[in-house]
Order: sequence, then C-alpha cells, then structure tokens
Amino acid sequence: MSVLLIAEHNNKELKSFTLNASTAASKIDNDVHAVIIGHNCDEAAKALSELPLIKKVIQVEAAHYENFVAENFAPVIVKLAENYSHIVSSANTFGKNLMPRIAAALDTSQISDIIKVIAPDTFLRPIYAGNAFATVKSKDAKKCVTIRPTSFDPCESSGGSAPIEKADPGEEFVKTKFIKREEVKSDRPELGTARVVVSGGRGMQSGDNFKLITSLADKLNAAIGASRAAVDAGYISNDHQVGQTGKVVVPDLYIAVGISGAIQHLAGMKESKVIVAINKDGEAPIFSVADYGLEADLFEAVPQFLEELNKLNTIQK
Amino acid sequence: MKILVAVKRVIDYNVQIRVKEDNTGVVTDNVKMSTNPPDDNAIEEAVKIKESGKATEVVAVSIGEEKAQETVRKALAVGADRGILVKTDGIIEPLAVSKLLQKIVEKEKPDLVFMGKQAIDDDCNQTGQMLSALLNWPQATFASKIEIKDGKLEVTREIDEGLETIEINVPAIVTCDLRLNEPRYASLPNIMKAKKKPIEQLNASDLGVDINPRIEQVKVEEPPKRKAGIKVSSVAELVQKLKNEAKVI
Repeated sequence: MSVLLIAEHNNKELKSFTLNASTAASKIDNDVHAVIIGHNCDEAAKALSELPLIKKVIQVEAAHYENFVAENFAPVIVKLAENYSHIVSSANTFGKNLMPRIAAALDTSQISDIIKVIAPDTFLRPIYAGNAFATVKSKDAKKCVTIRPTSFDPCESSGGSAPIEKADPGEEFVKTKFIKREEVKSDRPELGTARVVVSGGRGMQSGDNFKLITSLADKLNAAIGASRAAVDAGYISNDHQVGQTGKVVVPDLYIAVGISGAIQHLAGMKESKVIVAINKDGEAPIFSVADYGLEADLFEAVPQFLEELNKLNTIQK
Repeated sequence: MKILVAVKRVIDYNVQIRVKEDNTGVVTDNVKMSTNPPDDNAIEEAVKIKESGKATEVVAVSIGEEKAQETVRKALAVGADRGILVKTDGIIEPLAVSKLLQKIVEKEKPDLVFMGKQAIDDDCNQTGQMLSALLNWPQATFASKIEIKDGKLEVTREIDEGLETIEINVPAIVTCDLRLNEPRYASLPNIMKAKKKPIEQLNASDLGVDINPRIEQVKVEEPPKRKAGIKVSSVAELVQKLKNEAKVI
C-alpha cells in the first residue's frame, strides 16, 4: 500500500522540510501521495504537485484549516488513512503536534523522529538526546512515522505534475481557537536548513552582546542559533534554540560561541559537518565534539574573527 | 478546578547514559533517576494555579515500576495534594500510557491534565497529544505561558517559527515547555509533609487496556563517534584551517 505524506505549508508556499519528508516517504515506498490541508492553499498545492516524488496530491480546503490546528487536521488524515500503510510527516513542531493525535485515533504506536528507513517496518531513531540509536520495528498494521528533516536530503522541487484531487473537509473542532502567531521575520537563512550556523550561549552574558553573534552571522551568511541557557536568560527568542527540545541542525559549519556544551545542546548540533567551539573554559564539554577548538575570551576572539574574515574578503555564498 | 499532572521517572538529565553491551537498551542499574524535567514544570504550573486560588486540587500520577513512587512523592513535596501510581513492568509505549491515563481521567474527572512536552529518555513527544485524541479534548502543546480567563485557557505555544497563542475550552490537555516556569525545590518540611500524603497504587493490568508493546526494540547502539578534533592557538589559525583544511568558508 502507499504512503501518505502530510505537507507542511503556510497556505502560499510549501515549507522546505516537506521536501525532506518526501524523500523519507519515498524510501518507505515509491507510491507517495501527499495531503495538503489549508485555506486558499492552491499555490502550495500546485508546488506540492510539482515534486517529482509525489504521485498524487489530495487537497482539503476550509476556513478552519487556515491556522493548522491539529484538532481540525487529525480527523481528515484519519479518514484518508484507510487507503495507506504509512502516514509520514516532519518531526518539527508541526508534525510533533499533529501526528500523535492521528496515531492514537488509528490505535497505532507512533515512531517519532526517525533518521533512517531500514525497511518499511523498521527504522533508526535517536533516543536519550542522541546518545543512543535505537533500531525499532513496528508491529502495527498502519504506521505513523515522523522523520527528522535534517537526516534526509530535500527532494527535487520541480519537474513533477501529480494530479490534484479535492477531498471533503471535516467539521470544525470548536473547543480550540487560534488567536495569533508571532513569527520572527528575518532575511537570514532558516536555522533548520542553513549552511552555516553561528550560536551563542550563556557566555554571551547579555542580549546586547548577541550583536557579536549577529555580526559574525552576517559575515558568513549564517543562521543564528542559541543554547537553551541563552534563551532562558532572555538574550534571544525561543525560535533560535538548538538542542534536544529545540531545533536539530546539521550545517556544514557550526560555530559555538560561549556555549559550554550540555548533553541537551549537543543533541541538536553534533551531526554538523564541521564544528568550531570558542570558549574560555578549556574543559568545557563542547570541545569534545569540536573539530576546531579555540580556548579564548569570546569578546576578544569574535572581533578578531571578523577582522580575519574581512582580510580574507570571503565571497558570501 | 482540579488538575491532574502526569510525571515520568527517567534517568537524570545530567547522567551520561551508557548503552548495554548486549545492545538491548541502556544501563539503568545504579544510575541516578529523576523526574522528567518538563514534568517538573507541569507540576510547578499546577501548584501555582492552585496557590492563585484558581484550582482546588492537584493530583500527581505516574505510570511505571514500583520505584516511580519516588517521582510521585517528589511531586507531593512541591505541592501536589495526593498521588496515584499505576504499576507496570517493562517498556510502556506512549500509546499505552495515554490509554492508562485515559482510565485515570475517567475516574478522577480533572478539568485539566498537565504533563511535560517530551520525556528525555525515549524523546517521543506523543503522550499528551494521544491522550487528547482519546478523550477528544483540546490540546495545547509546548506551552510556555498559560493564562486562565473566564474558565478558558489562553496558552502561548513555542513553535519553530516563534510563538503561537491559542484559546482552549476546559477540559483540556496542556504539555509543558521548559520555559513555562522555574520549578521550585522542595523544602525539608514539605518533604516531610509529603510522606504523609496519600499515594493510591493501582496495577495497570487491572485497568482493562491493552498495553502490550507494538514496537519491537531490535537493538540499541552507541551513535557513531566523531573523530577527535584539535585545539587551535589563535583566531588566525582557526580561520586558516576553516578556509584551507575544512574548506567551509
């Protein structure tokens, strides 16, 4: 039977992790269908139909789908699920919020945050903040799987022309009302997909000092990350948090500035290709995962870093 | 209003876990165990709501082996009024936990159920949402702020893009983020008092739900190790290495 992918979008565009989730879905079975639930989301549905991996798009429209409330989405997918062996979505806050609601309704034990498809019923997933990898095999007839987006390459985004079918919307769940979303708008690359990430920790000492991180990120065309300590201290907003309960990032270059490297932070960044740590405490655990460690006062090292980069006159990618 | 808070006993967050040599799991013998960190936030929030006069009772429930009683006791020490321990053996998947919690909810009839958004051992992030589906109640996941207004809850949720605010009717499920509050420490007098608070013990097998695992844990392994890095002596050397050796800038 086929795989049903739940598309993530903002009613206009697909969210980029939908491409990673499509790749993961195609590793389970070639016959991948995608469902897009939203309001006035024709453009996003069209973009979805252009992914060559997708064989069919199912579009479900209603005003009460505008803000992606899980209580409204879940029954739609549960109804479609009878035709599918697997339901797949990203393990980001969208998928984490939604998938267990579907799994419980289907009486299926969900498999969260997989990093590899070993067989259609067998998956690899990190546990204990990535300090162990578990191989798990589902015995359920229907499988609900969320995938760690950074562990799968994004699929091609054009060239396909899957048919778009409309399906009937379900009723509104009136006990939950969306009020507002405060998105932090930025011209920077997205944290989850950036090639370079510059992160600051408690060592930054204040929100104002995060300007140093910003300058370095500007120079390297990088996204800005943070440790939980920095977010808790109010230096920077929560959408920047990297770690076990924040975002998982796998950039080509991760620069950790003033971050000690708690297990929970390492869980979110230790798969990065190259890791740089700048910390004045030579014993900080961050150095155990760093390819290049610089034991120095960040308030001297970061300005020097900027100077050196200016000298290089790096061409920004 | 009555609040039920679910708490889980897990390996302490500061412990560097070790994988068992036979690859059947991780070593838990003689390892420090604690309350799952965001479950502490869940208890704290419930107790704060009670202290503000908006709730009348806070009940802590844990599902697990006999020793999970310590986790319930800790919740009592920071302000929960009474506890429930549902005794089980072996791995209990979130689906099974949510079915057991559903039975407790049917019996206790709370207005709110709080729990951590994720357990730091299996990292599943499922139970609250599953319980909410089984009960057909509203869910507010990853909550970093909860306000009670006219019998409804306004909850700020931490999402990838930033923050989202929703309004939910009671009864409801809320899963708590670490930023929701600062959990208090139990004072010695309160620890002593907690010893006298009642903990009801139930056997999971008596609750009439199927809790058999649906997922076979084939093996648990160490993740691949990163190769050891080097220390550089200056920023100039660092930049030179990044440019010429790692070729990432």
